[in-house]
Amino acid sequence: MAERAGQARAPLIELEGITRIYGQGAAEVRALDGIDLTIREGEFVAIMGPSGSGKSTALNVIGCLDRPSGGHYRFCGTEVATLTRDQRALLRRHYLGFVFQGYNLLPRMSALQNVELPLIYKGLKRAERNRAAMAALRHMGLGDRAHHDPSELSGGQQQRVAIARALAGRPRVMLADEPTGNLDTKRSIEIMEVLTALNREEGLTIVMVTHEDDMAAFADRLIWMVDGRIASDGPMGKAA
Amino acid sequence: MLWETIRLALQAILRHATRSFLTVLGVVIGVGAVIAMVTVGQGSADQVTADVEKLGANTLMVLPGEDPLGGGPPGTALKMFTLRDNNALEEQLSVVRVSAPISQMRARVVFGNENRRTDVVGTDNRYFEAAQWEFALGRPFTAAELQSGRPVCVIGETVRDTLFGRADPIGQSLRAKTLSCEVVGLLRSKGASTFGTDQDDFVIMPLRTFQRRIAGNSDVSVLFAAIREGVDTERAAREIEALMRQRRRIGAAEEDDFDVIDMKQVASMLAGITDILTGLLAAVAMVSLLVGGIGIMNIMLVSVTERTREIGIRLAVGAEARQVLMQFLVEAVVLSLVGGLIGVIAGLGMGYLGARALSVPFAPDPLIVLVAFAFSAGVGVIFGYFPARRAARLDPIEALRHE
Repeated sequence: MAERAGQARAPLIELEGITRIYGQGAAEVRALDGIDLTIREGEFVAIMGPSGSGKSTALNVIGCLDRPSGGHYRFCGTEVATLTRDQRALLRRHYLGFVFQGYNLLPRMSALQNVELPLIYKGLKRAERNRAAMAALRHMGLGDRAHHDPSELSGGQQQRVAIARALAGRPRVMLADEPTGNLDTKRSIEIMEVLTALNREEGLTIVMVTHEDDMAAFADRLIWMVDGRIASDGPMGKAA
Repeated sequence: MLWETIRLALQAILRHATRSFLTVLGVVIGVGAVIAMVTVGQGSADQVTADVEKLGANTLMVLPGEDPLGGGPPGTALKMFTLRDNNALEEQLSVVRVSAPISQMRARVVFGNENRRTDVVGTDNRYFEAAQWEFALGRPFTAAELQSGRPVCVIGETVRDTLFGRADPIGQSLRAKTLSCEVVGLLRSKGASTFGTDQDDFVIMPLRTFQRRIAGNSDVSVLFAAIREGVDTERAAREIEALMRQRRRIGAAEEDDFDVIDMKQVASMLAGITDILTGLLAAVAMVSLLVGGIGIMNIMLVSVTERTREIGIRLAVGAEARQVLMQFLVEAVVLSLVGGLIGVIAGLGMGYLGARALSVPFAPDPLIVLVAFAFSAGVGVIFGYFPARRAARLDPIEALRHE
């Protein structure tokens, strides 16, 4: 943790004039219309905004799942646009963890195998992989569900498996797209408490998209988007 | 990494054994059908070849009539041969090793309470030599029996079985038409011929006995000539034809009123037909293999949405496109090969049973097994790999959003 503390407040994610345009000509849709944004190590950022405001698109660009149409995106000082497909895959593999609204677990694999997935690509040996995945699942309170298929787990449990998968690769940033979107309030709060603890205790940088004020309230910083632009950006409480 | 990938693929297949099996069922059936068909077909062809070999030294049959298969106009009396014609073949043509005169008709033979309709044949000892018959019991005819047309006969195994059962027939008297004749010999069984007829179903008596007591004429209906070793049968046939034209006084402009048949040629033609049939069966089986492949493609396409999302997830957690592709390739190939393997085993099993049912040799062809196996792997690559490749080229978010 000493190492992380040393790097604290260093810019991790820098967006400069980022655009993402779908379609051409008259059918052109500017999902992102010039985003400037800096996220530093250890922040817990919530992105909110009405439907179609571009908040998920922004998260996908940050996560290198989608490519911007224009502007500059630097991750740890590296210009992402200069990276090849495979280099972007390596970046995701070693620095990023994803949590999705629909969990996105592989249906015909046990919880344990799902969590092991990123570790296979990291090249860990079987035993090592198994140990790390079990540890991540226990951390999420799912040690006894390791061998269940996703279909045998509740929504809250599935999302915790997804979080375990995101954490197993020891990422620098966790990107969460509506992580509580499919859950009831009680489960949602449980998930948010898990994320908050990861941020506070382990210094994990979290960027979360949500449309629920209650969930956004767990974050430290709130970014409000409208029509592909950032309408406001500030510490939680002031901006909202 | 490859080994790990194969292990994971096998794990994924076994985890959903029923689903996996249904996916490859088409390939299993297709591969099995091809192998079974070709195996049985090859066995039949081998059987025919063996039968051709069994015909032994090249033999030619000389039959009266313009076209022995089609026959002449109805009511036209065929000009038969004589014993002299037969002896002329032997004496005047060096290519003929031995020639037997044959005359025959269908007749009922009776012994005690048993009877059978069979071929009653008049010939002499040269027939046993030309057609390579061996004696199981008894002896051929004596010169005296042949000379004076004594009522004696040599019988085939089928006739013996019907009339005498397992008992010793030698010295017994059977009745052919109105003639009572003594059995002096029993021929060793040759079984069914290439043409499916029973070669052991006949009673043989001296030609003179047959002509006088059964047929009531002095005709010879077939000349059965064995060709000397190393002589081309076509050349022999030409020489026989020339001699017979001369003996039967056929003018240069006239057509033959007899026909020379090469038994081996007929058998070879039959082998050719068997080959064509095998090819047809194999073609039908290939179609079923193709249908099996289309079945796999169908299931793969149905699951492509699910698999595209899976690819998106794998890309999101940091897989490189080629790692994902390698996994899908291995999974598809392993699945089809497992299907192919089951198909090969089932096909060989069916081929074995089929060969036994038709009593032909079991002749598995390694080449066709290899081809069927390679085909099933190809099906896996084409229908499993190419959809995956398309998905792996998408940006991860597009793959994740795939509906």
